[in-house]
Amino acid sequence: MKISVQKEDFELGLEVQSLSKRSQSIGAVASFVGLVRDVPMTLEHYQGMTERAIAKIVEEASGRWQVMDCTVIHRYGALKPNDRIVMVAVASAHRGDAFAACEFIMDYLKTQAPFWKKEETREGARWVEAKASDDQAAERWK
Amino acid sequence: MTKVRILYFASLREKIGKEAEEIELPSGVATVAALRSHLRGRGGLYESAFAEKALLRAAVNQDMVQPAAAIKAGDEIAFFPPVTGG
Repeated sequence: MKISVQKEDFELGLEVQSLSKRSQSIGAVASFVGLVRDVPMTLEHYQGMTERAIAKIVEEASGRWQVMDCTVIHRYGALKPNDRIVMVAVASAHRGDAFAACEFIMDYLKTQAPFWKKEETREGARWVEAKASDDQAAERWK
Repeated sequence: MTKVRILYFASLREKIGKEAEEIELPSGVATVAALRSHLRGRGGLYESAFAEKALLRAAVNQDMVQPAAAIKAGDEIAFFPPVTGG
């Protein structure tokens, strides 16, 4: 398992390639990449807790589906439109588990991992407010 | 040790004007909710930042918890608005 909270960009292809090679029994890799939309932003996080929270989410996913391995990378700091923010890639024997675990990890990241976005809009900087739809997305897995 | 370390993040950090502080845990303050009330009672910037209507979350020793969660001396307690990562 690879969890990284970093300022630097990542390369999805390289990450998936490296993940795929960790076991010969991997038959499916599902991945997701989240991008900055429309406005520049700065992402703040709670160093220490962030990595721990992501590890707990992955552990929870592993209890529900067959997760052979996974990679989660989340960036922080200043980002501009089209920049990559987050990636999740899940390796499993079959696609069903890989798809489901990948979506679950993203939904839980949204409500459980301590990140906060501050957008630099034309009217000035403003903190993004949490969406009820994100809570609902996480709730549906219960 | 009778102190707790308190961390503030994002808009809450900006409202209070600091990211961390150590305080003596007052006797009788044994939960996250009680600590929140205690901080609100300090008045000034704290009063509005910790107002009852302010939507805040908390973590104790880096685990997200409910307001009823117990706290004790030596703990690291963080307050922050609902998260917006991903």
